[in-house]
Amino acid sequence: MEYRLNTPLKKEDVDKLKAGDIVYLSGTVYTARDEAHARILEMAEEKKELPFDLEGAVIYHCGPLMKGKDDDWEVVAAGPTTSARMSKMTPKLLDIHGVRAFVGKGGMDNVTGAMKGKSVYLAFTGGCAALAAMSIEKVNTVHWLDLGMPEAVWELKVKNFGPLVVGIDSHENDLFTDVRKKALEAYSKIE
Amino acid sequence: MSSSIDYDTVVSAVVNILEEAETVLPQDVVDALEKAASEETSPIAKEQLEAILKNIGIAAKKKVPMCQDTGILIFFVELGRDSRMDFRLEDAILEGVRKATASIPLRPNAVDPLTRSNSGNNTGNGIPDIKYELVDGSSIKITVAPKGAGSENMSSIKMLNPTEKDSIRNVVLETVLNAGGKPCPPVVVGVGIGGSFDKAARLAKSALLEKVDEMTEEEKALLEDINSLGIGPMGLGGKTTALAVHIKKAHCHTASLPVAVNIQCWANRHASVVLGGDE
Repeated sequence: MEYRLNTPLKKEDVDKLKAGDIVYLSGTVYTARDEAHARILEMAEEKKELPFDLEGAVIYHCGPLMKGKDDDWEVVAAGPTTSARMSKMTPKLLDIHGVRAFVGKGGMDNVTGAMKGKSVYLAFTGGCAALAAMSIEKVNTVHWLDLGMPEAVWELKVKNFGPLVVGIDSHENDLFTDVRKKALEAYSKIE
Repeated sequence: MSSSIDYDTVVSAVVNILEEAETVLPQDVVDALEKAASEETSPIAKEQLEAILKNIGIAAKKKVPMCQDTGILIFFVELGRDSRMDFRLEDAILEGVRKATASIPLRPNAVDPLTRSNSGNNTGNGIPDIKYELVDGSSIKITVAPKGAGSENMSSIKMLNPTEKDSIRNVVLETVLNAGGKPCPPVVVGVGIGGSFDKAARLAKSALLEKVDEMTEEEKALLEDINSLGIGPMGLGGKTTALAVHIKKAHCHTASLPVAVNIQCWANRHASVVLGGDE
């Protein structure tokens, strides 16, 4: 199945998605990788409010390459980064914020339980930075630029961002784990 | 009589090869990706490869980096022993990197390993990594190979016992298995066998510069094993987990057998320039 969804996402938007489906997103996505995840969790501990709203939000595991300064930025390249690095922090993040989708590459480890009934993982083809930039209409704003260009939280306005493959759905199906299981079986059969 | 090479020539040559490497994928790699796309039967795998090919086309046409991870910069310099320069080659390469970072632009990726503070221009302590080799003649050949972290992070090194020759294949396959979809497959796999702890890694890294369509029987057999795992493009399943395997060997200590596996993403980026030479 193929779906076109608008942000912020609702529970019913993600409920109907099954691993292997294709999604195109329109609306706002927030880039966040290692340092931003760490800061989001720190701020929750300190009971501080985030400068952006993660309710129904889409987090994009991406450290973009931008051109510009102050509040006038242009996207040069913005493909996904390796999502697995954020695996450990994601369940904690989902306990605090109602993030509905994570976009990245390569899959995530041990998050199916945390995503159950809440959110999905969407895979965008790794390295396709020029292609991704085509569907980013503008940079709304940037938060936490002190973390450096790749680690800052960039608020991006996207249109028909995709094709995104539902890699992990909210019903505990994980394409990456399935492929991995088969790969281990194949490995055990190699003479 | 050889002419001397001047500073500005090196700087602009470095900017040019960086722009080429970041925006245009070597043709042998593109051909291999096209072949893979035509052979995949799984719709998801086909879609991943088609997105990659579309992305390559956009990047080349618009002269923008094909991937936002413009890498940590690795230079291989073949230095003619009769070449003449009245400046430090390293200074010219560093200036080229700083210029290219601003003009292409490249993502600033070089950070202090512990404080994580970003230098902002892709240079820093020991980075870019410049490997020199003295060769005959009076020209210098500079190759740049930007290396993304997604694939670099999945690389491995194992110090096997001398009698464990048969485990080399397992080291390679387990590295690829462990990597799964993380290094942006289809990958190119560089294998260094022998030498020492660091030489094996250097052999593996330089193996990534070989043409993907030129493989020995030994390399083809290993490629077949890797592709039988079915990890596929982006770890979503399929026939193409790797485009190529290249093995480089060196003599090693009688009591050791180092094996290094350097994983490279589909964006096997590199470009070269030759400067100077006989007049």
